[in-house]
Amino acid sequence: MGSSSFLTGTNAFKGVLLAALLTLPLLGFSDYVLHIAISILLWAFVYTSWSIMGRFGLVSLGHGAFLGIGAYGTTMLWNHYGLTPWVGIPISIVLSGILGLLIGLPCFRFKITGHYFALVTLALTEVARLLIVALRDHTGGSLGVTPVGMVSPENPVSFYALQFASKSVWFYIVVGVWLVGLLIWRAVDRSMLRYAMEAISQEEDASASVGINVTRTKLTVTVISAAMTAFGGAVYGQYQQYINPETVSGIAISLQIVFAVIAGGMFVQLGPTVGAVITILLGEGLRLGFGNQFHGLDVTIYGLMLILFIIYMPRGVLGKAIDAFAARTAPPRVQPGE
Amino acid sequence: MLTIENVSAGYGTFQALFGVSLEVRAGEAVAVIGPNGAGKTSLLRVISKVISMTGGHIAMEGQSIDEVPSHQIIELGIAHVPEHRRLFPRLTVEENLRMGAFVASARSRYEERLAFVYELFPRMKERRHQLAGTLSGGEQQMCAIGRGLMSGPKLLLLDEPSAGLAPVIVQQVFDLVRRIRQEGYTVLIVEQNIQQVLKVVDRAYLLEVGRIKMSGPAGDLLANDEVRRAYIGL
Amino acid sequence: MEFSLTDPFLWETVIQGLLFGGVLALLSLGLNIIFGVIDVVWICYAELIMLGMYTIFFLYTEYGFPLPVAFAAGIVVVAILGTVLHYLVIRPILHTEPINQLLVTGGVLFFLQGLATMLFSVEFRNLGVSFGSFEAGNMFFPVSRILAFVVSLVAVVGLWVFLKKTYLGTAIRAISQDRDVMPLMGVSPAKIYLVTSALGGGLAGLGACLLVMLYDIHPAIGLTFGPITFMVCVLGGLGNMIGGFIAAFIFAEFIALGGFYAEVEWGYVLAFVFFIVMMFIRPQGILGSRN
Repeated sequence: MGSSSFLTGTNAFKGVLLAALLTLPLLGFSDYVLHIAISILLWAFVYTSWSIMGRFGLVSLGHGAFLGIGAYGTTMLWNHYGLTPWVGIPISIVLSGILGLLIGLPCFRFKITGHYFALVTLALTEVARLLIVALRDHTGGSLGVTPVGMVSPENPVSFYALQFASKSVWFYIVVGVWLVGLLIWRAVDRSMLRYAMEAISQEEDASASVGINVTRTKLTVTVISAAMTAFGGAVYGQYQQYINPETVSGIAISLQIVFAVIAGGMFVQLGPTVGAVITILLGEGLRLGFGNQFHGLDVTIYGLMLILFIIYMPRGVLGKAIDAFAARTAPPRVQPGE
Repeated sequence: MLTIENVSAGYGTFQALFGVSLEVRAGEAVAVIGPNGAGKTSLLRVISKVISMTGGHIAMEGQSIDEVPSHQIIELGIAHVPEHRRLFPRLTVEENLRMGAFVASARSRYEERLAFVYELFPRMKERRHQLAGTLSGGEQQMCAIGRGLMSGPKLLLLDEPSAGLAPVIVQQVFDLVRRIRQEGYTVLIVEQNIQQVLKVVDRAYLLEVGRIKMSGPAGDLLANDEVRRAYIGL
Repeated sequence: MEFSLTDPFLWETVIQGLLFGGVLALLSLGLNIIFGVIDVVWICYAELIMLGMYTIFFLYTEYGFPLPVAFAAGIVVVAILGTVLHYLVIRPILHTEPINQLLVTGGVLFFLQGLATMLFSVEFRNLGVSFGSFEAGNMFFPVSRILAFVVSLVAVVGLWVFLKKTYLGTAIRAISQDRDVMPLMGVSPAKIYLVTSALGGGLAGLGACLLVMLYDIHPAIGLTFGPITFMVCVLGGLGNMIGGFIAAFIFAEFIALGGFYAEVEWGYVLAFVFFIVMMFIRPQGILGSRN
């Protein structure tokens, strides 16, 4: 991984960075700053999950469905059956993985790719959003829902309900989640290197002829990605203590996931994280700078950035930076992992 | 009518033509013959600007066309019937012919030329509502030539009209070319079927690896020992 | 609710679905032609419609233009937007991976939605024009819906005639079959793409005229109509006009009947699930040929 070592460096360097990150809650920042940091890391995890399949050319516009299953599955099981998130989250993850399998299997078998795959998955995420709305008697519909609270000022921690009043606790949880995401990304990257090249180049017939089971490889990354995304959705619900159909499902959030990854860079390990940093800081920065005076300004700039990114920087900010760095420091070589 | 002077052209780093010079006079039929990969198709493509030239000059009726973009070539009276015919398979025969008359100057005479093409190729009239993709190879060639004629060209460029056709049909295609000549069209034809084409044209050029090797009246080339040995197999 | 074929409400619902199908058919038309010809999916298509709706709304309510003038202006504005979209955004990446073109228009979606939010706020606006209702037996139908249905049919037929009978229309169909040979016909592909984009935009503008009579306008309305429009096009076989037309009515009936027997969301859920299943059974669309 010549290129990822540029930003993550040696293990020692990585350790120092991580340690610095971990001291963040100890530095006396306000809850607001911690909240931003948590949001970035949490969405970075979700974006990383998406990129696990996105980088293989499987551009899903349907990840809102998986996010929604994670968030609503966990919350519904808790609110209606009193099932602890410790059980609810795994159940939601499994459900999401099964859904990924159900949608992926026919798609890959019938070679539904490109536009068509994007639009089928778009239908999926809309189904998820509409189901949440339609089942309003159970889900609270468009108004959203709050997991039944177990914490209070006197009792700020509930392991059983996976609810914590302290932002610092959430920060450490989310750092862990994020790291797990990066590790999975790398594990997939390493084990799938050989397949990755075939899938990216879309030479499906060629790869099939050299004995690679294309369908199975694609299904594997899809299920991993779907399961991880559901996990992200569940953690999001537990942290926010409020979810609604628009924020965890539907076309808007699905597109947001895709575009953040594109902005950061789809083909490098930390690309999605950079995407999360860019998009969240942009939104917050504009909100702080202009207040709500220019409601919609962040989305406008965001959209404009995406257009410019895709036209001029299709490999994303981090991808571009790494390319530029690699071009300066080393003779060009093939980097199959990228 | 058409003068090509010292033209070079290629695709990317591959050079297909090296300083080719050639002339087609009004009313003539000229063939460019040569083996596969000699640059024959590239020569026609450079005339219609599908590929750009890297050197030399081309003039149509004394007027330079070096800077004319591809989609304006037809307005100068040059119609190019491309290799593999390239009909629009899901348009009908008549719609294909209509595309041949797309340029503004041709539209006003659409009906007249359509009648002319149908008279020339009665088969096309029978099939006019059929999708071009469902025609036989010979019929497709008729349709492609007809499409070329719809713009009322002064010069018709034909790229391998006999390629991929059964021997019986090849004979018919050359009959077609002969009839087009009789109608007074100036024709520049590129062919691998050397023996046949040399019987139809006035003059010919032999192109090898992107260079003109020989040129002269068709009969001379047909009688030339070297040509006969190398290309006609006698 | 009991199922009964003599239930007048059921028939009213079926006919309402039919009318809605006409609107969907028109909405999908512009997107379909863009895809069929340029091979690009404008994810921001419904946002173009949204801007058309605002154009009509402001010209009519704020500036006091007569409704027909406002409608014409809406169509022209969106047609221009379509051309600009193609020229500035699609053209530079036309030769890269197709998915990039889909994604870049997604950026345009956010851009236009954000811009509309900034300029017009999230407030819901209504044209405030009522055409009354039409009564048939015991059934009532809003005249605006009937009008929308009729306009859709006229537009579909008009487009068909244009594509079938004119030089430009023939060229638009031809270019999707063989782009590279077009210059030999004296056709500049770049120009045809611009014309097609204007046409697709104009059809989106016509869609805006219909929607503005039927629904409130707000910056996120595109998200309501966007997905269903894509589904209609894909189910019909992207680029296949007649297929899209049939698909529009299938979807509309799902939605209408779903709304009749349960809530309208269930109609959409059924329609989308039907779409997903159909994609597996007939990925080329209901009328498409696999190619």
